[in-house]
Amino acid sequence: MTRKQRQVLLRIIVSAVFLIAAVLIDKSGKLEILSSVFYLTAYFIIGYDIIMKAASSLRHRRFIDENFLMSIASVGAVVLGEFFEGVAVMLFYQVGELFQSCAVAKSRKSIAALMNIRPDKARVIINGEEQTVSPEKVAVDDVILVGPGEKIPLDGVVLSGEACIDASPLTGESVPVSVKEGSEVAAGCICTDSLIKIRVTKSFAQSSVSKILELVENSMASKSKSERFITKFARYYTPIVVIAAILLAAVPQLFISAGRMEWVRRALIFLVISCPCALVISVPLSFFGGIGSASRRGILVKGSNYLEALAKCDTVVFDKTGTLTKGSFTVTGVYPEKMDERILVAVCAAAEQHSNHPIAKTVVAASGDDYKRFRVSNLREVSGKGSIAVVEKWEVAVGNAALMEEVGVSCTVSNGADTVVHIAVNGEYEGYITVADTIKENAEKAVLSLKEAEIENIVMLTGDKQEVAERVASALHIEKAYHELLPADKVEILEGIISSSEGKVIFAGDGINDAPVLTRADVGIAMGALGSDAAIEAADVVIADDDINKIPLAIKIARKTCDIATQNIVFALGIKALFLLLGAFGATGMAGAVFADVGVAIIAILNSMRTLKYKN
Amino acid sequence: MKKTFTLEELDCAHCAAKMEDAISKIDGVISANVNFIAQKLTIEADDNRFDEILKEAQKICKEIEPDCVIVKA
Repeated sequence: MTRKQRQVLLRIIVSAVFLIAAVLIDKSGKLEILSSVFYLTAYFIIGYDIIMKAASSLRHRRFIDENFLMSIASVGAVVLGEFFEGVAVMLFYQVGELFQSCAVAKSRKSIAALMNIRPDKARVIINGEEQTVSPEKVAVDDVILVGPGEKIPLDGVVLSGEACIDASPLTGESVPVSVKEGSEVAAGCICTDSLIKIRVTKSFAQSSVSKILELVENSMASKSKSERFITKFARYYTPIVVIAAILLAAVPQLFISAGRMEWVRRALIFLVISCPCALVISVPLSFFGGIGSASRRGILVKGSNYLEALAKCDTVVFDKTGTLTKGSFTVTGVYPEKMDERILVAVCAAAEQHSNHPIAKTVVAASGDDYKRFRVSNLREVSGKGSIAVVEKWEVAVGNAALMEEVGVSCTVSNGADTVVHIAVNGEYEGYITVADTIKENAEKAVLSLKEAEIENIVMLTGDKQEVAERVASALHIEKAYHELLPADKVEILEGIISSSEGKVIFAGDGINDAPVLTRADVGIAMGALGSDAAIEAADVVIADDDINKIPLAIKIARKTCDIATQNIVFALGIKALFLLLGAFGATGMAGAVFADVGVAIIAILNSMRTLKYKN
Repeated sequence: MKKTFTLEELDCAHCAAKMEDAISKIDGVISANVNFIAQKLTIEADDNRFDEILKEAQKICKEIEPDCVIVKA
C-alpha cells in the first residue's frame, strides 16, 4: 500500500468507529444531539476530500463528475434525515475506491513485470578499463562485457567467449541458444553461464529491446471497437441516468402527495449508480493484459484493434518462403552414375566454391571440408547456368540442364519440385544432386492447430514454381496454394480473399518483399522481423522469432482477451441495470447501490487480470 | 514534436479519458493519448507552442484529478 492508500484506510477505520458509536447512541433513544454530532464527524472524516473535489469540479463546470454525484447523493440523504445512509454512501464509496486502487496498482505491477526486459546498465570497455554506464550512453562499435546471469544491454556480435543465452524475455522461447565468436546477440536476452565480450552493432534506441518496448507502450493508442463502444457509452450513460434521477424525483410528486421523500431517496440511488468508472476501466485493462501476455511470448501486437481482429479472423494467408519454409536450401538427394556419392558432392563443391548462388552455397556446405582436398584451376561462372572448372586434371561442369547442353552432355532427369544440379566430368555425364527449400519442422503442427481453432480457410502464396508450391502445400495439408506470383499479384489475390471471406484475414510473411501485402491484410503478421524496420512499420503484429506456432497462439490469446472484455461489458452493464431497477422500485438502499457499483469495478478488474495468465 | 510523459497519481480511469479529451482540444495539439494503465501521456503538438501546451495540459490534469502530476519520462 502507498502512503495515500494507508491514509484512506485509517480514515475508513476512524469514520466507521464514529458511525458505529452514532448508531448505538441512536438506538438508545437518548442524546439525539450527540448522535448527530457523531454522524457528522464520521461523514466529514471520510468525505471531506470528495466534497472538496466536487466543489472544484463545480468551479470548472464539470457537473457530471463522480465526486460531485457522490456528494449530492450523500448530502441529499443527510438533508432527508437519513444520516446513516449519508455516511454509509461515502464510507462504502471510499472502501470501494481503495480496493480499486489496490487492484489497479497490482495489475499495473504485473504488467510492468511482463515488460521488465529493459536493461539498465552496460559494462563497457573504454581505453582498456571497464566502466558501468547506462545502455543509452554506449556507442556503436564499443566493446561490452556480459557476465553470467546478466542481461545483454545492446544488440551486437560476440567477439570472444562462448555462452548459452536465454532469449525468453524477447521471444518466449525457453530453450537456451548457444553463441560463440561471430554470433549475433540481441539486447534483452540473458547470458546464463559465462562471460562474453560483445561488439555493439546498434545504438540502444535502435536495439530490438527498445523496439519491443516502444511497440507495446504505443499499442494502446489504437483502440479496439469494444473500448470505443464503452467510452462512448459512458459519455451518454451518466447524463442519461442523472436526468432519469431528476425525473424520478420530480414526476411522482405531481401525482401522489404521500411519500414524497421516498422518491427523492430513490433518485439519489440513481445518482450513485450513474458513476461510470467500473465500465471505463474494465475493457482497456483486459486489452492491455492481453497485449502484455502476448508480448511475453514474443508476439508484439501494435494495438488492441488488431487483437480484436485476430480474434475474429477466419482466414490465414501464408507466404511460403521464409514463413512455411526455412528459406534456405538443403541437399535432398545425390544420384551418381558411377562415382562415390561423397566424391561427387566434393567435386561439385570444388567447382562451385566461389559462387554466391544460394544453391551453390548449399552444395559447398553439404560437402564439409571434403572439397578442399582438390586443386582447382580455371574456375569460371556461367551466369544463370552454373560453373566450369578444372578440378585436379578433370574438366568439370556443374549446373542446370542449359549448362549441360552448352558443354554437349545429354541429361534427361527432371526431378519434380526439387532443383537439380547436374555434373559432367570430361564431357561425360556423372549424375546429379537435388536441393530444395525445407519446410519448417513446426509448420505442420501450426497449420493443424489453426484448423483445430476452426480457422477454415488456409491459403499459401508463393513466387515459386507450381511443383514446389504443390509439394509444400500437400505436405502441410493446405488446400489452396497460388504459385508463380509477383509481389503485385499477391496483393491482388489477397484482396480477392478479403472480399470473399466473412471474418478477418491474416497475412503472415517474413517481412522481406511483402510489405504491401502486410499492409493490405486485416492483420499483417511479420515473422522474425525484429531486424527489419520496414517489416515492423508495415506489420500489425510482429513475431520476434520465426516460430510459426506463435500464429495460432496469438489467435487464442486474442480470443480469450476479447471474451473477457465482453464478459466485463455484459457483467458491468447488467449489474448497473439491475440496480437501477431495484432502486426505482425502492428495493435497494443507497449503500447497497454503492457497494454494487464499486464491487462491479473490482470484479471486472480481477477478471481482466486473467488475460495475463494465458496457458496453452 | 511528439513527447511522452508519466502521469503520477493517476487513479481514475474515467478521469484519464476526460483528460485525453480535454488535452486533445487545446489549440495546437495534433493528438493526445492518455494511457491509464501505463500512466503515460503522449502529446503530439506544435513545436513553438509545446511548453505552453504542456502547462495548459498540467492545469487540466490538476482540475480533473487534483493529485495528478505530469512528469518528464
